[in-house]
Amino acid sequence: MISVKNLSFHYAKKKELFHELNLELGQGNIVGLLGKNGAGKTSLIKILTGLLYPKAGECQMLGETPSKRSPQFLSNVYFLPEEIEESNLRMDKHVALYAPFYPKFDHEAFASNMTSFGIDSSENLKNLSYGQKKQFYISFGLASGCSLLVFDEPTNGLDIPSKSVFRKLVASSMTDDKLILISTHQVRDLGNLIDRVLVLNNGAIIFNKSTEDISNQYDFVSTDNVPDSTQWLYHERGLGNGRAIVRSQEHLESKIDLELLFSGIVAHPEKFKTTAHE
Amino acid sequence: MEFEVNKSIFLQIADIMLSMIIRKQWKEDERIPSVRDLAVELEVNPNTVMRAYTHLQESEIIYNKRGVGYFVEKNGCAKAKGLKKAEFLTQDLPQIFDKMDVLDMSIDEIVELFNNRKS
Repeated sequence: MISVKNLSFHYAKKKELFHELNLELGQGNIVGLLGKNGAGKTSLIKILTGLLYPKAGECQMLGETPSKRSPQFLSNVYFLPEEIEESNLRMDKHVALYAPFYPKFDHEAFASNMTSFGIDSSENLKNLSYGQKKQFYISFGLASGCSLLVFDEPTNGLDIPSKSVFRKLVASSMTDDKLILISTHQVRDLGNLIDRVLVLNNGAIIFNKSTEDISNQYDFVSTDNVPDSTQWLYHERGLGNGRAIVRSQEHLESKIDLELLFSGIVAHPEKFKTTAHE
Repeated sequence: MEFEVNKSIFLQIADIMLSMIIRKQWKEDERIPSVRDLAVELEVNPNTVMRAYTHLQESEIIYNKRGVGYFVEKNGCAKAKGLKKAEFLTQDLPQIFDKMDVLDMSIDEIVELFNNRKS
């Protein structure tokens, strides 16, 4: 669904952000895009959605080139940025105006999403808090019927019950023909929702694995249980037991500790290299 | 839903399902929630829930009627108990025995506690 080859990109008069970046993603997944601040997550998303143009290389999405911004492409992609534009419209007016751009828009699903968040379409967007605005745009996006949904830090600003609603709505709207790409630092909010982990670091995708492969290949253990430190790919001291990542031997199928994994990948990319056949 | 640290989520979902079957909240030959409905309830990825369903299907505890949904097998409850028992014997008990060794406890102490537990 997404195919990026040798992509290079830099902002005007700035040093190169992406150098020959490669990325392949299929449909039917909820993908977590992780990366440190300034790693270029938002820039990569903007290239994928046609908001920024690559300087070199190829970017194909749904068989189209995003930078051409064809109506066919745009009607099948929904992007919720982290910073939302100001709007002076009532929510029902916004839907009346923008839903027609999405031929598969499902008004019933939209109404039901709004009910789940507990917001009323007759309100004006300008009177909503940041979190409520996000709830509206999430409701809209999940009802848009687009094959590609991109959410940049969707749980930022959401209160605790709304985060739970968000997870439920994403789980229920996920289908085999969709790809939901979520860029986030809030791995605790979304860890159980994503089934593929992408890590962007120093201008390259340094990790791209399904959670199934991750739990088959690595175990997340307490350092007391595996005291031999030569086996640790990465470890962190904590209160009580430290935590370590080791290569899976007995197929323990331990729960993935995403924060530990992310820190490990960024600290020692060479130890977590994705092999070519994956 | 908060999941434990040490067991992968799909196995923990399978555990939840097994306990529903053992406690007869999901009855034999009755339809159980769809993959999507359980994913929504637990707020997890439907693909992860699907792995739990496949796991229990391979263990012949649930079965799939094409286009209708998943059902508990006729002797699903007994099989579910068998699966949990095997896990108890191979995983939980050895850990308890290890702890008993560390604490210098004999099996007699445990037997006594076990025999007196309801009196």
